[in-house]
Amino acid sequence: MTDLTPVISATWGLERSWNFDTYCANGGYEGATKSLKMAPADIIQAVKDSGLRGRGGAGFPTGMKWGFLPAPDGGPRYLVVNADESEPGTCKDIPTMMNSPHTLVEGVIITSFAIGCNHAFIYVRGEVVHVYRRVMKAVQEAYDNGWLGKNIQGTGFDLDVTVHAGAGAYICGEETALLDSLEGRRGQPRLKPPFPAVSGLYARPTVVNNVESIASVPAILNKGVEWFASMGTEKSKGMGFFSLSGHIKRPGQYEAPLGITLRELLEMAGGMRDGHELKFWTPGGSSTPMFTDENLDTPLDYEGVGAAGSMLGTRALQIFDETTCVVRAVERWTEFYKHESCGKCTPCREGTYWLTQILHRLEAGHGTKADIDQLLATSDSIAGRSFCPFGDGAVASIVSSVKLFREEFERHVDEAGCPFDHAKSALFDYSTSADSLTGADSLTGADPLTDAEEANA
Amino acid sequence: MTYDEKTSAKLATDAAAIMARYPVKRSGLLPMLHLVQSVDGHVSPDGIQFCAEQLGLTAAEISAVATFYTQYKRRPNGEYQVGVCTNTLCAVMGGDEIWRQVSERIGIGHDETNEDGTITLERLECNAACDYAPVMMVNWEFFDNMTPKKALTLVDDILAGKDIKPSRGADTVASFKEVSRVLAGFPDGRADEDQGVGEATLAGVEFAKHGAPAATLPAAAKAAPAAAKAAPAAAKAAPTAKSGRGKK
Repeated sequence: MTDLTPVISATWGLERSWNFDTYCANGGYEGATKSLKMAPADIIQAVKDSGLRGRGGAGFPTGMKWGFLPAPDGGPRYLVVNADESEPGTCKDIPTMMNSPHTLVEGVIITSFAIGCNHAFIYVRGEVVHVYRRVMKAVQEAYDNGWLGKNIQGTGFDLDVTVHAGAGAYICGEETALLDSLEGRRGQPRLKPPFPAVSGLYARPTVVNNVESIASVPAILNKGVEWFASMGTEKSKGMGFFSLSGHIKRPGQYEAPLGITLRELLEMAGGMRDGHELKFWTPGGSSTPMFTDENLDTPLDYEGVGAAGSMLGTRALQIFDETTCVVRAVERWTEFYKHESCGKCTPCREGTYWLTQILHRLEAGHGTKADIDQLLATSDSIAGRSFCPFGDGAVASIVSSVKLFREEFERHVDEAGCPFDHAKSALFDYSTSADSLTGADSLTGADPLTDAEEANA
Repeated sequence: MTYDEKTSAKLATDAAAIMARYPVKRSGLLPMLHLVQSVDGHVSPDGIQFCAEQLGLTAAEISAVATFYTQYKRRPNGEYQVGVCTNTLCAVMGGDEIWRQVSERIGIGHDETNEDGTITLERLECNAACDYAPVMMVNWEFFDNMTPKKALTLVDDILAGKDIKPSRGADTVASFKEVSRVLAGFPDGRADEDQGVGEATLAGVEFAKHGAPAATLPAAAKAAPAAAKAAPAAAKAAPTAKSGRGKK
């Protein structure tokens, strides 16, 4: 049995855990104190040696990313923290910033010092106002206590931090879209290369890291590389959040060594809700191919999940029981991708639209078996054919669900409707009305599904 | 522009403060659009013109940005932006039914505002609180573990002009305009207001400490600052899993 390892979450729940005083009373800013006495190159080396990999989904080695910055040329270099947490199922950075924003601020200080940055940015999604309040306050407290501003702690190092609110666009979680957005533009991904390390914010060398990656840095510098690397598996070192949601007894944030399994996590979370069993789950948010109970013992590290045909992603484990219609689940995710596609690349913009149409039709019982193959064909025209990984993510749940649950798609055709009672998936009792099943607007009587179908006919 | 002199002067002062946060002033556009919403309740033509003048861009360039982001409203918004998450997880766990009942009660659909301008209703995409599904948001504060009954009470309270309290967040939900001003980067001094951490947030922390569910424990969490020390003890890191490991 793997034990949990609360590091970033260690102080959550303490009295005013988000305040500077509480943070300092519990070992806060010790990592920064040590780091500011080190040579920047040694900090980068330590983070490389720790094996820390990006916690925002892609898993790229963090220290290596920092090491990609070209040699200083006298011009500015930037750190941008990606706090635009929006991947469906992902809910780890928001509680981190809500409950211990100083962990992030301290990580920003250490990282900025290491890469030679004097102005860092924290790009927080706009739809979480209290989180934004807490991060702004933490930054202000850091200024008030000499941890930001000029000549930090007498070391001669200067750093300003700007906390920036987004405005509701999932795509801004993609690092180059985030940079465009931070420059005051529409958030659309850039073609890479050049990578942000060479030409990022304002075309200057820039490191973009996820909140959890940066928040992991203070503990690495404070407790040591060996301590960090003692957790996790051979190529996936350290701890990370596993965010459990769905039909389980105790959903929530479980900070554990990478390589833990769903079986272990489920045991801690009290198991599935009473009388129900696991049907499918996502290992890392809706952009990662889904798993079933076949994967209960798959080690949740980058290699283990990859070898099993999915991606560790953001460790957002959305867990669904046997009452859940997989077609309905995938239809809704696809609607999300259609809504959030930035529109820059045609396959993604047009493809997600047509996938949504087909899935609406299938879920409503108006589909044909040819539609199922069309889903796969259209998915194939999207994956790998766009600037950024959004398109790949958009089709992940479709392709994996057809592979795992094809007969369920076919039942929607054969039975001319969804074979599931949606009310049974809900956490409260209600009787399913025809309206809520088809998505008909109870006010106008308009049925978007039928309307769409007629428009297509 | 039709802003009166006082409003214009205040907007200009605030816009200058926003632009000063960035090495390149155009970076201030997103917060500036939030600022405009804090005055007009939406991104008005005046607001677009104002941003254009501040940044030396055309109104078309500002509009192009404003229309990209869903939080910028093109019509006067209600005082309360009420959102029901209908992304997959929340929808499946009851969000669809909550949406249906809320929409019926207020009598409006997605992205519509009721007649007296109290509520603008929205089908939300994932708001990063999946461990509290089904979730609603009001003016971007969290309302966790919702049921139709709780949702209807919430909506009725808003319609009756009562103050409403989020599950995790400030003591009361601020107005749409007030929240927009915070998002423009002007703190309202409410960061210390606290409705509690939430059970799901602490699920792992509590399990690590006691090996038992948070729900069955006394509220001792706030008293024990020793939590930080519990971490390295668990570093043995040898999961009992069998499949797919050690592949090279």
